[in-house]
Amino acid sequence: MDTEKRIAELSERLGYIRDIFGSRENANITLLESKLREFGERERLASPQEAARLLQQLEDLFVFLEKKLDAELSAMDVVRIVRHPQRVSLKDILENVYDNYTEIGGQDEYSIDPSMLIARAYITRRRGDKVHHQPVMVIGQEKGHGQEFRNGGSVKPWGNAKALQYMKVAETEKIPIHTFVSTPGAFPVEDYPGAAQQIARNLYEMAGLKVPVVSVISEGGSGGAEAIGLSDARLMFSHGYYSVISPEGAAAIEAGTRQGQRVPPELIGACASRLKMSAKDNLSMGYVDRIIQEPHLGARPYHYDFFKNLRQEIIRATDQVFLSIAGMKLFRAMVLGRHKDVSPADAESMYVRWSVDEAAAERLLWRRYRKYRCMAENAFVDSRTPASRLYSKVQGAVWSGYSFLRYDFLGKQERRLSKALGEVEGELRVVVDKMSAPLRKMTRRSGPPVCDAEKSRMLTELSQPELGACLEDWGWSYISPRAREDRAVTCPNMKQSGCPDLWAPDLFGDFAGVCSHCGHHFPMEYQWYLHNVFDVDSLHEFNAEIEAGNPLDYPGFPEKLEAAKKKTGKKSSCLTYEARIDGKKLVVAVLIAPFRGGTVGAAEGEKFIRALARARKRHYPFLAYVHGTAGIRIQESLNGLIQMPRVTMAVRRYIEAGGLYLVLYDTNSYAGPVASFLGCSPYQFAVRSSNIGFAGPGVIKETTGIDIPPNYHNAYQALTRGHVQGIWDRREVRKNLKNALLTIGGRNLYYR
Amino acid sequence: MIDVKSVLEEIKAAPYEEIEIKAPHTGIVTFEIKAPGGKVAAPSGTYLEKPGTLLASITRERNVKPLHALVSGEVATIHLELGGAFVEAGTPLLVLRHYLTKDEVVAAILKRVLHLFPAPERAKYYFIPSVDIKVKSGGCRAVTVKPGMELFIVSRMKREKPLSYDGPEGIIYAIYFQHDDNVEAGQPLIGVCPESQTGLIQDVVNRVHSDWEERN
Repeated sequence: MDTEKRIAELSERLGYIRDIFGSRENANITLLESKLREFGERERLASPQEAARLLQQLEDLFVFLEKKLDAELSAMDVVRIVRHPQRVSLKDILENVYDNYTEIGGQDEYSIDPSMLIARAYITRRRGDKVHHQPVMVIGQEKGHGQEFRNGGSVKPWGNAKALQYMKVAETEKIPIHTFVSTPGAFPVEDYPGAAQQIARNLYEMAGLKVPVVSVISEGGSGGAEAIGLSDARLMFSHGYYSVISPEGAAAIEAGTRQGQRVPPELIGACASRLKMSAKDNLSMGYVDRIIQEPHLGARPYHYDFFKNLRQEIIRATDQVFLSIAGMKLFRAMVLGRHKDVSPADAESMYVRWSVDEAAAERLLWRRYRKYRCMAENAFVDSRTPASRLYSKVQGAVWSGYSFLRYDFLGKQERRLSKALGEVEGELRVVVDKMSAPLRKMTRRSGPPVCDAEKSRMLTELSQPELGACLEDWGWSYISPRAREDRAVTCPNMKQSGCPDLWAPDLFGDFAGVCSHCGHHFPMEYQWYLHNVFDVDSLHEFNAEIEAGNPLDYPGFPEKLEAAKKKTGKKSSCLTYEARIDGKKLVVAVLIAPFRGGTVGAAEGEKFIRALARARKRHYPFLAYVHGTAGIRIQESLNGLIQMPRVTMAVRRYIEAGGLYLVLYDTNSYAGPVASFLGCSPYQFAVRSSNIGFAGPGVIKETTGIDIPPNYHNAYQALTRGHVQGIWDRREVRKNLKNALLTIGGRNLYYR
Repeated sequence: MIDVKSVLEEIKAAPYEEIEIKAPHTGIVTFEIKAPGGKVAAPSGTYLEKPGTLLASITRERNVKPLHALVSGEVATIHLELGGAFVEAGTPLLVLRHYLTKDEVVAAILKRVLHLFPAPERAKYYFIPSVDIKVKSGGCRAVTVKPGMELFIVSRMKREKPLSYDGPEGIIYAIYFQHDDNVEAGQPLIGVCPESQTGLIQDVVNRVHSDWEERN
């Protein structure tokens, strides 16, 4: 009976190996197959002792060859390991790593989103004779072992909202959070709260969580991973992957295939290795702190030693975060710092109190910000001279110093003084009013005030056309080159609204690209906004030397990048300016669609962060004008993806410093940036006829099978869902921005 | 009394509808379809977001406008001689032959043999409670209507008023409105036929459903 069970296990292991290696021929697998078959034939004839010996030999061979095969794993094989139904899931981890747990808000399919699992768990530790239960909030995607209702770990927006809710609970209860990332990506629907919007909210809140977060990545699929992945310690399974896009998605983009068309498997495999998504790659690039070694060919639920190791690693990582912000840590930090010398039992035997006071929380947030700020710093090209770098550093220091003196040091006194003066003035006014009341009464009795007859006529009569009141001065400083074409243009709403054809010089000139009949906004060049929204000659570009690069040496990408640079005359898709609107200074970051679709990579993220820092130091409002963005630049993989949390943290820092962060979407804005540093703004506006969302219609159809209506991503739908706070006519952007600067947010703006 | 069978025979004799495609405005025509007889597809997709087959394009003031097929079928006639020429608005360019589907045949027959009672204004329409109970329990054909009979409640802007049936006596054969949906003025609410004809109509409808071959 025991022999049969062991043979069944070996067959299962062989089946697993075949699944992992796909259709590839491999001599070792063939050998295992033949040996297993041979054993089946010989077992019947052999004596029980002989059969046991042969079986033992066969098991040893399996172990030996599994080790050998492990070294041969390609990037795509690792992806297959991660997606395999036998892969360890969060439930296995809860059962085997934690001492006890209670699942919160779900029991199998009875959950708001069964793909997001939340549990309160504890880890038991000893301090001398005393036993301590250290509570922790465990949050992670659950794929189950092939359970359909888990949706493959693809979390819906409300699942991410639930995760955020319990992160806040953990913050209230001051307990650490362990997140387990195991998702191929977020479920890209815009139903409330909306995929992009919720991930952005999660990132923004996680950037300020006052309790340590330790994340463990098994399958880190793009934005879905980031929704719970922002953390103080980032661990990764040795056979996991962490990438901006699935290899299939990257291959489809690379091959330029349309929906339903198949991509050659070789290209998918090539993309998997080009994206540098393995644990080793991510460790070397600095996006994970430590790799958790798995058994050969990946961890499965029966690998109990792996769970033991995982427990030690998680405890150690949590301890390290707490010690890094603790007041008293001397020897314990030293011991934990020496990973290689520490035996697994050490982490558990040493006691670290998992608690955070206010001062420690501040240190934690600063460390978290610094951790992400230092990521991807070498993934872009900085062509500034050493002198100009030094100059910009000195300039930053001067601004910080001035900002401190002017707004913090003197500003505090000034505010105190003006508050006191205001109180005194209020008191005096009451006294003066009372005393002058009899005098005012007498003046009123002497008759009503007389208004000048001419002035009265001017104020009450209708405008007079002969005086030029009806002559419109369009006054655009920049006219689109399309206005020079002598041709007619058809409005896309012609069928529904019956719009007449428009003459291009009228449409792209005077009408600013707006259909005079239905108000449809044709896409305009980003230069139109730069020159017509801001004060004339007020634009001053900075950090223009920061250049998009090819950090992963992605084949064929340098040529594409060069072509984009040549076409636009810009070095990245993010342009940063200091500008003025009606004399009010502000910092503007523009994502331009003509440069690689406005995609965001390391250079764009860096420029955005630097622009935010400049606005913070100078107490200027910040406007992110998104002319168009197609998402994160896939050829940069993690260097691009990490900009989601990285820039969101900088945005949070700016907003918390009292800044006003406005976002204005134009044309098409999708994916990563919308689901992070753009979507987290409390004040997001859209230009009419723009589209905003997480994934385009093709991707939604491909991943969810849902046919979405044609206007699904329309700005008005985004307004209805609560994603944007208003829709502006292009011709009124300047006026509305001016108004927004005067009426919305930001307590530390200089002009207030 | 209309002869239902002869109506069906008439449709069978010409089981299609010919749709003439005219130039929507002046311009130079470029035909995308090069010969008659070619199959064309109607707009498709869940939201009809994919346009039908591109038939021709008309260029006016350097603005090329596509002309897509709105129904499926085949090209019966094509005025290829107009290709590359400047045409006036309303100039016939093609004739599409759209073969009727089962539902379209049934609808065409019913349209001709039933008395359609139209909605007098844009509103939501409900049957009066006594009729509603009958419809729900025994189907619409359990209801016999007479001229002057109070039949509907017209609900508009939270005001409700009764509406009486006006037309020949008979049973309700078809209901064309949905509960809680607005009906445009002039759209039919019910189709009525004399009780004696129901069996005949049902026979024809059944025959259409079983025998009609859809060619599209």
